[in-house]
Amino acid sequence: MRYSWSFVIKRFGLMLLIIWSGATLNFFIPKLTPRNPLREKLLQEASRGGYIPPGFEEMVQAYEAKFGLDRSVWQQYLSYVQDMLRGDLGFSISNYPKTVWELILEGLPWTIGLLITTTLAAFLIGSLLGALMAWPKASKLFRYVLPTLLIFGAVPAYVIALTLIYFIAFRLHLLPIGGGHSIGVLPSWNMTFILDILQHALLPALALVLAGSGGWAIGMRGMMVTIQGEDYMTFAEAKGLKNWRLFYRYGVRNALLPQVTGLALALSFIVSGSVLVELVMGYPGIGTLLARSINQLDYFMIYGIVFVIITGIAITMFIMDMIYPLLDPRISYESK
Amino acid sequence: MERLKLSLRYLRRNTSLAIGLGILVFLVLFTIIGYMVIDPLIDPYPLAGPASTAPTLNYCPRTDPECEKTEPKAYIFGTDAQGRDLLGVAVAGTWMTVQIGLMAGIIGLGFGAFLGFTSAFYGGWYDMIVRWAVDVMLTVPGLLLLVVIASSLGNQTITVTGMGLIIASIAWRGPARVIRSQVLSMRERPYVMMARLNGMGGMSIIFREMMPNLLPYLGAGLVDAVTAAIFASMGLAALGLGPLREPTLGVTIYWVINQSAFLRGLWWWGAVPIVIVALVFVMLFQISIGLDEVANPRVRRSQ
Repeated sequence: MRYSWSFVIKRFGLMLLIIWSGATLNFFIPKLTPRNPLREKLLQEASRGGYIPPGFEEMVQAYEAKFGLDRSVWQQYLSYVQDMLRGDLGFSISNYPKTVWELILEGLPWTIGLLITTTLAAFLIGSLLGALMAWPKASKLFRYVLPTLLIFGAVPAYVIALTLIYFIAFRLHLLPIGGGHSIGVLPSWNMTFILDILQHALLPALALVLAGSGGWAIGMRGMMVTIQGEDYMTFAEAKGLKNWRLFYRYGVRNALLPQVTGLALALSFIVSGSVLVELVMGYPGIGTLLARSINQLDYFMIYGIVFVIITGIAITMFIMDMIYPLLDPRISYESK
Repeated sequence: MERLKLSLRYLRRNTSLAIGLGILVFLVLFTIIGYMVIDPLIDPYPLAGPASTAPTLNYCPRTDPECEKTEPKAYIFGTDAQGRDLLGVAVAGTWMTVQIGLMAGIIGLGFGAFLGFTSAFYGGWYDMIVRWAVDVMLTVPGLLLLVVIASSLGNQTITVTGMGLIIASIAWRGPARVIRSQVLSMRERPYVMMARLNGMGGMSIIFREMMPNLLPYLGAGLVDAVTAAIFASMGLAALGLGPLREPTLGVTIYWVINQSAFLRGLWWWGAVPIVIVALVFVMLFQISIGLDEVANPRVRRSQ
């Protein structure tokens, strides 16, 4: 047993605290502002008829009573927390019969699929490049890779995505311009559809990997430089081991451990990391849903998405903290 | 003169800082000269010029093809679909974006540094609450918090100043954590003990004794805070929650996405904000690395 109960309970408590804070901020920040989404929506619907009907105020009040907005703030807060505990996020305003949760479930697989792949790809590519940059026997060309990657890493991923759309999709017609799959293709589990999805995912993935791999390369390069001074490297070299064996088994393997900590942290942002890239690409994930809800002033949808993402981060961070001692035997959470 | 020579020699060693400062000088000159050329109250706003004109030096309206000889107008960056002169947008928008970043960064650093100093110095319950608050707030993606704040304020009310204040509401998290850990390591140093023994009050130890020693960190922290603030303000604006009436860089990118500028072939409309954004971020990144080298001599590469 590598965990002590007090640590697990503490981490679990932190997770609950994060989720609770997210939900509470979601409830109170809108309450602090003078806006009234219900009245705005009714006013918008009413003025479509060209005039505001008599009895509009009564209507607003009736709806407020129905939504429970006439109760005191604390009673509202209690019932809000109860709803959240049951996973009831309410209905979407602009896609009415659908619930917020249904719409989020539609987008979630797209986002998670894209982000897990790109986070891992950026990690592998960045770490490998970083290791090669610090390796004296590698080609000198790698010296120029880092500055380029770092410049890409400094610029937001969605700006890179916009540039890629113009050159790769619009000018060269190499990849589709946007969306998650071709319009008119029915989702099914056959080869053509899967290829279609991959083709559409390539451009957003490229933007995310370009923006993400620079950071990994810096960390890896630093670790590799330190490791080359270690005695076991000199000894292994003196034994006459082959070059690739020195590089992978002795260098990369030891330098990778601190990187894995970072990977665990990065993986906890798989739900939130690509909001703007998705928006730019019209990718049918959570980010596009969020941007559309903002444009349509669909408040329940906005708060629902924010809550789900915060919960996702809190839970993945908890899981990662629990997995980490299994990966690195030197770390243990046992109480001393 | 001697000092100038010395700093130039230092810059030759610290290439990151040199590149960053070079871009900074370029952007400052661009803004100053640009403000002499454009009319900041007309040019960056809709209907300032003809719609969707590619970059040109001698523009003539179709009604008056003869004007080429008399007085053609120049739109060296082109105009967008609503007739904003993109040179005006580039000049005024860059300055507005930097203003938002500086405002949020300075407020955030000030508040964050205060929290970091006091919580590390006094410890106890107060420290625990600050630490948990910072930990929890750092887990929540800043962009999402800002989305909740900005969308409940309504996009009619957001101005450039409002945007700066909204971003400042989350900008204190990073500085609070960094400064706290620095102060923790400094709290037990002999000179702080001496000050305590001399009967100095907590606040005057913090501000008179510890603050001067942390100035390099505060400088590097300011660059990081401004970078984060500009990043956040651009993301928020690109989602449509920025000051939509003002031509900031983020709002310009929002229009580029929203009006699908690239798919209509108006490449200059997207290219102008993208190039400036890239310049701004590369500049901040290089300055940050450069300052890191100044602040922690241990980071200096052994070459």
